[in-house]
Amino acid sequence: MTDPADSVLIEGQKEKVRQGLSRRLRAERRFRAYGVVAIVLAILMLLFLAGTIAANGYSAFYQTWIKVDVFLDEELIAPDGKTDPQTLREEGDFRGALIESLVASYRVRGREKENRLIAMFSTDAERTLQRHAIANPRLVGKNISIWVKASSDIDQLTKGAIRRDLPESGRKVKDVQLVWYDRMAAENRIETRFNTGFFSTGDSREPEQAGIWGAIVGSFLTMLVTLILAFPVGLAAAVYLEEFAPKNRLTDLIEVNINNLAAVPSIVFGLLGLAVFLNFFELPRSAPLVGGMVLALMTLPTIIIAARASLLAVPPSVREAALGLGASRVQVVSHHVLPLAMPGILTGTIIGMARALGETAPLLMIGMVAFIVDIPGGPTDASTVMPVQIYLWADSPERGFVEKTSGAVIVLLAFLVVMNASAVYLRKKFERRW
Amino acid sequence: MKKTITLATVGALALAGAAGQAAARDQVRIVGSSTVYPFATVVAERFGKSSKFKTPVVEATGSGGGLKLFCAGLGVKTPDITNASRRIKKSEYERCTKNGIKVAEFKIGYDGIVVANSKKKKRIELSRRDIFLALAKLVPEGHKDGARLVPNPNRTWKDVNPALPNVAIRVLGPPPTSGTRDAFNELAMEGGCKTFESLKAMKKVDKRRYKGVCRGIREDGAWVEAGENDNLIVQKLEADPNALGVFGFSFLDQNGDKVQGSIVDGVPPTFENISAQKYPVSRSLFFYVKKNHVGQIPGIQEYVRAFMNRKAIGKRGYLIGKGLIPLPRAEMRDFISAGKSLPDLTM
Repeated sequence: MTDPADSVLIEGQKEKVRQGLSRRLRAERRFRAYGVVAIVLAILMLLFLAGTIAANGYSAFYQTWIKVDVFLDEELIAPDGKTDPQTLREEGDFRGALIESLVASYRVRGREKENRLIAMFSTDAERTLQRHAIANPRLVGKNISIWVKASSDIDQLTKGAIRRDLPESGRKVKDVQLVWYDRMAAENRIETRFNTGFFSTGDSREPEQAGIWGAIVGSFLTMLVTLILAFPVGLAAAVYLEEFAPKNRLTDLIEVNINNLAAVPSIVFGLLGLAVFLNFFELPRSAPLVGGMVLALMTLPTIIIAARASLLAVPPSVREAALGLGASRVQVVSHHVLPLAMPGILTGTIIGMARALGETAPLLMIGMVAFIVDIPGGPTDASTVMPVQIYLWADSPERGFVEKTSGAVIVLLAFLVVMNASAVYLRKKFERRW
Repeated sequence: MKKTITLATVGALALAGAAGQAAARDQVRIVGSSTVYPFATVVAERFGKSSKFKTPVVEATGSGGGLKLFCAGLGVKTPDITNASRRIKKSEYERCTKNGIKVAEFKIGYDGIVVANSKKKKRIELSRRDIFLALAKLVPEGHKDGARLVPNPNRTWKDVNPALPNVAIRVLGPPPTSGTRDAFNELAMEGGCKTFESLKAMKKVDKRRYKGVCRGIREDGAWVEAGENDNLIVQKLEADPNALGVFGFSFLDQNGDKVQGSIVDGVPPTFENISAQKYPVSRSLFFYVKKNHVGQIPGIQEYVRAFMNRKAIGKRGYLIGKGLIPLPRAEMRDFISAGKSLPDLTM
């Protein structure tokens, strides 16, 4: 250590290290900064997406109602003098009664103006009147005040999506309708309410009457079929492959294939469904049964992979201890390994189901992308699912569907968040560390 | 755990069993054109709400896809009605007849295809010849009749026609799978193409080449395929005021505050002009009924009557508010009475 040359060398090395150190520290700070930037960017994009959807979609959850005074004219509604529900339902001209009363109270003359006035109300208005009269037959022949749905254009005007300051030619709500609207507003005849219909009815071509309930039921039935098929099959396949199957070329091949299947584009499963379930087995088109079967095929690899990973995570000591105490291999699996692996398996299943819930492409091929008004009553009734409903509304010309599209996206996202959150909860609650 | 698995298996079998029972169908099934879809769905919804029948299921498969399913055969697995934004082709009709299908044809009205731009700029006046020269893959050199065909050199609208503004050609339109695109190619592009005598003459000599030249759209970026969603095209026009867009009349009707329809051959795309068949880029809309299914599937005949009804397709009908353009008087009368008798289509 006394050799001067040696100490010079060490001095040089120290210098080198010092320089190198600050360079390495700078590199580390840069690297961290990249990470922070990436996360900030990702959060900003997510916020932008969620913000746009929320800003466009929140207005779908409320809608405009108008109070009208209607004379339930016996001549139009109950021409034979009978006010039993059947006559009112089949014979009653409630649209006529509504038009007559409106024309009288707003003193309108001329066909075109009459049409403009009636166009301010939803076609649902006459059915509201009808229901009211059927429930209260003694009101026939009397004047009533009743709240009815406004048409989509008036609804959009209330929400500010149709602007008043545009020239009349480019505006869906005409000047004369604006005058009536202002008069109604001044008389407190206009109010906005929570849109219960959105959560209780099926699809409609009138934006103010369109609801997502039909699609929610369709999604539920489809997911039910998917779960019933994919979960037991996936579980059995995973348990056999992980616990019982011999390790040989064949099982290796199966494993590779399952991993590949998980990456197959979903439309391929739709084509398979069309060829096998519809054309060969002749199952009904547009049915949640077939949709569920197709999505089950798509979800199977996800479930198998997740289940195998969870089974693998159960330590061998558990199996060996059980075997050592004389349990059979089936007992080892069903009494010890499977219960311990279940949280992981369930998490994988829920995540697979969440993916299936958001899928449209395979359903296109089997006819679930369709206009369906009736709420499906079972897995063989025609139905659509939520993402398909969003797609169909996004494609509709009527302006009112813009907010409905985003509203439906919010509902779908809410379902996905709940599903994913329950997966996280299950994992946290039952997770065991070894 | 064993119990759960057994239960699940039983459930799956029960579901499969339920499928077998659903052989008879009590709901009319409609497929076909996405252009007729907005009208057919409105009729179906009203029909379902006002009659004792279930609401028919309407699927948008495209005109060609619909006729393929429709002509595939008889029975509950096949659709009862197909919508089309063009007339049934002879080959399709023959396939139908070969499979024992009796077809009734109904024309419901017209649809205009508009070329539109953002209201932030001036309305544009085009001829079909301008449209062809701006968008064709091959054009006659120097726009001279009879000159040899060269790859389209026009960069701006001013290159096409000195009266047009000096902005780059950029047209957003539907992809080739769309019926709107077929109709645009046939009516607007080919219409403009035929104004060149030399190209028109080619039709008799080499029909395939004629179609290739007259309906071929350039692929150098001036024509942008904007997807099947017409709402998207409207939004993109708002963002890019120099671009033009091609879409159906009902979208112009609904978005009159954002976009304006260009004048084509001196005629603006208005309701009246399309109805009077003055506007050159318009087509007829149809639907076809499988007569063999009438009486087998409840509600077909009644649905047809609800559709072929003045309340729906008449001048003051509810479909008019949805952007349908009504048939001329005499034609409408004929088709409305056909709705009651369902005459056989012969070709």
